[in-house]
Amino acid sequence: MSGDTSVQPATALLVLGCPQVPVQTSIALYLISRLKRAGIVPVVAGNKAANMLLVIADPDRHYLGEVMDLDRAIAQISEKKRDFDRCFVFIHNDAGISYAATMGAISHGKLFTLVYGEHVEDLVSQIEFPCTTIAAKAVHNPLPLKKALDEVAPWAA
Amino acid sequence: MGCVESMNYEILMRDGSFKECRAYIKEHFTEYIEVQPGFKILDIPVIGIPPIAIGLDRDFIIFPYTKPCHGTFLLRVEDTAEAARLRAVKKST
Repeated sequence: MSGDTSVQPATALLVLGCPQVPVQTSIALYLISRLKRAGIVPVVAGNKAANMLLVIADPDRHYLGEVMDLDRAIAQISEKKRDFDRCFVFIHNDAGISYAATMGAISHGKLFTLVYGEHVEDLVSQIEFPCTTIAAKAVHNPLPLKKALDEVAPWAA
Repeated sequence: MGCVESMNYEILMRDGSFKECRAYIKEHFTEYIEVQPGFKILDIPVIGIPPIAIGLDRDFIIFPYTKPCHGTFLLRVEDTAEAARLRAVKKST
C-alpha cells in the first residue's frame, strides 16, 4: 500500500502593527527564532515599513521565512484560501485591537495577542475576544516583553 | 481584492477608534447593516471588532477602514450596486 504519509509542519502567522514602537521588530525576530526551533513555520504579515525593518535586518534570511503584505494575508484567510495553526498579533494601538479581533473571527488558529507600548493596561482591557494575552510595558527595551513571552512559551502550547 | 486608493471616497472621521466609528454610524445613519470581520465591502475585507456596523445612505456606503499606523478611518463611498447588494444581504439575514 502506498500513500502520502508526510505530516505538514505547524504554521504560525505574525501580524505586525505599525513599527513606530521599537520593540516590535526585536520581539518578532525573537519569536520567529523560537518558533523555528520548535519546528513551527513562521510567516510574517505587515505593512511595507514593518516588513522592511525585518527584511533589512536579516539579509541572509537566518530567521525570516515568508513575508507577506498584511492586506493580502487577511484577504487570503477571509477567503479561506489559507490559514495558520497559530496567530500572533502585535498590539500597541487601537488598530492592533481591530486586527486581533479580525484574526480571531476569520482564522481557526490559536490566537495570541502581544500587547506592549505605553498604554498596555488600557489596551488589554479592550480585549474582549478569546485569546491568550502576553503583555508588558515595553517601548524601547524588549526585555519585559521577552520575559512575558517566555513565561507563556506559545511555541510549546 | 479591492483597493481604497482607486475609489472616490470621502473621509467622515479620521484618527478615531474603531468603537467611535461604530458609534458614529449608529448615531448618524438610520439604515445600517452589521457584519463580521472579513466580510467584503467593495471587495475589501473589513477589519474590526464584531459586529461591524456599515452605514447605508441612499447609494452611499459608510464603513470603517483600518490601517496599522493610522488607526480607523470612516469612509463614505458612492456605489449603487454595492449598496443594493448590502441591502439584499441585510434582508436575507
